[in-house]
Amino acid sequence: MRAVENAAKVQIPTNARLVRNLLHGAQFQHDHIVHFYHLHALDWVDIISALKADPKKTAVLAANVSFDSKGGVKYFKEVQQRVQTFVDSGQLGPFNNAYWGHSAYKLPPEANLMAVAHYIEALRLQARTVRMHALLGAKNPHLQAMTVGGVTCVRDLNADRLSEFLYLWKETQKFIKNVYVPDLLAIASFYKDWGGIGGTTNFLAWGEFPQSDKEPESLYMPRGVIFKRDLANVQAADQQKVTEDVTRAWYEKGQARHPFEGETRPVQKNPGYQPDKGQYSWFKAPRYDGNPCEVGPLARVLVAYGKGHKDVKALVDSTLKTLGIPAAALFSTLGRTAARALETQAIGGVMEGWITELIENIKKGDNKTFQSYEMPDKARGVGLNDVPRGALGHWINIEGKKIKNYQYVVPSTWNLGPRDEKGNLGPVEEALIGTPVADPKRPLEILRTVHSFDPCIACGVHVIDPDSNEVYKIKVL
Amino acid sequence: MEKEREEEEFYQRLEQRGISRRKFMKYCTALTATMGLSAAYVPKVAEVFAAPKQRPPVIWLHFAECTGCSEAVLRTIYPYVDEFVLEIISLEYHETIMAAAGQQAEEQLHMALKKYDGKFICVVEGAVATKFDGGYGKVGGNTFLQIAKNVCSKAAAVICIGTCASFGGIQAAKPNPGGYKGIGDALGMKTVNISGCPPNPNNFVGTVMNYLLLGKLPELDELGRPLFAYGQTVHDQCPRRSHFENDEFVEQFGSKEAQMGYCLYKMGCRGPETYNNCPIVKFNDGTSWPIEAGHPCIGCSEPDFWDKMTPFYEEL
Repeated sequence: MRAVENAAKVQIPTNARLVRNLLHGAQFQHDHIVHFYHLHALDWVDIISALKADPKKTAVLAANVSFDSKGGVKYFKEVQQRVQTFVDSGQLGPFNNAYWGHSAYKLPPEANLMAVAHYIEALRLQARTVRMHALLGAKNPHLQAMTVGGVTCVRDLNADRLSEFLYLWKETQKFIKNVYVPDLLAIASFYKDWGGIGGTTNFLAWGEFPQSDKEPESLYMPRGVIFKRDLANVQAADQQKVTEDVTRAWYEKGQARHPFEGETRPVQKNPGYQPDKGQYSWFKAPRYDGNPCEVGPLARVLVAYGKGHKDVKALVDSTLKTLGIPAAALFSTLGRTAARALETQAIGGVMEGWITELIENIKKGDNKTFQSYEMPDKARGVGLNDVPRGALGHWINIEGKKIKNYQYVVPSTWNLGPRDEKGNLGPVEEALIGTPVADPKRPLEILRTVHSFDPCIACGVHVIDPDSNEVYKIKVL
Repeated sequence: MEKEREEEEFYQRLEQRGISRRKFMKYCTALTATMGLSAAYVPKVAEVFAAPKQRPPVIWLHFAECTGCSEAVLRTIYPYVDEFVLEIISLEYHETIMAAAGQQAEEQLHMALKKYDGKFICVVEGAVATKFDGGYGKVGGNTFLQIAKNVCSKAAAVICIGTCASFGGIQAAKPNPGGYKGIGDALGMKTVNISGCPPNPNNFVGTVMNYLLLGKLPELDELGRPLFAYGQTVHDQCPRRSHFENDEFVEQFGSKEAQMGYCLYKMGCRGPETYNNCPIVKFNDGTSWPIEAGHPCIGCSEPDFWDKMTPFYEEL
């Protein structure tokens, strides 16, 4: 939509911008909570160990670290009993055959029980959080209230809908501040060594949440690129420097191209997996000025931090202080997972102002939500934004009022893309080098780093055991 | 006696989670009605929820898809997804939420297939590639096609969740480079198709409950879709239908007519050609649905909607 709006030179009304920001802000709240608790936590939390916890001690621990409205001995006893009943049923379902008892799990039983309780609480919460999307965006997943020129939900901009939105927003904020961020800090304190594992080198953020018509100046999460971890030197990011390389991907051979000239010509055969010298991925390899770049929460937070962003800087500094780790520890798996929680809090905080602004506009009688436009006969357009998983760019070429070429470069392509013509590793490939793996047959440590990127695919990686030189093929799902 | 005690415990558990017995029975009544069953089944629906001894095993496969259908199920409120997964079914394999990964995940699939041969429900999310020996889509070196053949043939029932598994979905849109097909088409078998992009999770849960309750699948239309959900067009159930009859149409988003909630037919609404219960059930705990949010229906539960329903914003 942004790409077409850019091509058609249409400026969406303020209310449409606010509604989009609110919906997208809600997306961050929902996605990051689900990622932390349901897609990543079990890499750090051993559910089975929670059965050994003393509910009394758990209640004390929980009261010390979090401000959850739920808690107490009875509560944790019930959660433990529920898990015990489940385990006793002999049907472990989704928790079957995992790495329980692995030596890399460091949390004491009480912390594990607390985390399991919050895993379940977060499952409940997310179903409510996501209703923010339905209120203004018809439904979730796959919202259906946005269109080129604005939004369609003009009838939903009423007191009923907006007050309910505000209510759900508040409930979610409470959880983020009182449970999610404290849980992150509590768990991180047992895994500080992960502040030195899983880092990458370059970071790109297109930025997100325009607060006026001016982009990128008004973006709440700023646009920028960082090379060689140089936080003091955040540079302006220019989409013209993006290329995609297909040397190692399952596409017909060709030069690295800018997305406007991009081609998508998949190989016309059953592709073979040749990671050593040949092609091995459906991902192209996106590069910025020839460099692989990590995108996502860590990139956004580093760009903001490097630029002295007030809210982000305060959150990052207090986290570093609480954990007693240096800023260099941000370049890691731990840093990535922490950045996700911190930006959830920062973005959640700024949403309140957008709701207020929207309500004020409506009070004044301004309910303009759509700007009509003419589809140009011939034009190009770029739409840049940052979604929970990272930098997302769309490029459209219009001819005869129709799409001539459309290319998009999505976050997981940046992060999980393969090597390029020069042999540069993709960010996840780089991040995995040097990961200590206690037992190559049960590579829990690999999962931690891969999951910390919130990959959007079932992906394949390889591990080589330096002693036996045996190659273990590890599939991360 | 034993049963009564279990039931009592079940209600206590619900109470502790803030769900009253009355609220729970109200939900069971609504679900029973959604499935088109008589009120006599309400207590039986409640019984299914009250923790069976052996939870029915489910193997959930992911092929070419976006996981939006899984996400949709994650949003169910009655039952909440933790109850659905921990206390109602036994989710033996699901790549997104299972804790095991890689080798261990593969092992788990094989163990579950062996243990529950012929007894599990197979849920499929996503289409399978059929061109180039199925080479465009693989998990762990096996093609989607091989996996689908192996697993679906051992299942008691195959439920396709979403338009991709049902009819091929977006990857099957022209020019369909990988030769993607829905499961029924690719394997030449009969499947229950809960189509939609994504479908309403209530229709999925309703179908599973129907199976657990009656031991059989609900009545289907000729495309394999349960009639309780896909028996009527969106148009026929639309609360804006009277505006259609009165020639009151929206012709631009954000206009006076849009604010009045007029009919979206001229904006390209595909409601007249789309079979689904969106206007009645709505999404996310009955909060809203596309037409309520002022957006025309795009026909996402119909086969080949990417090819046949586009361009979306042009009148039928």
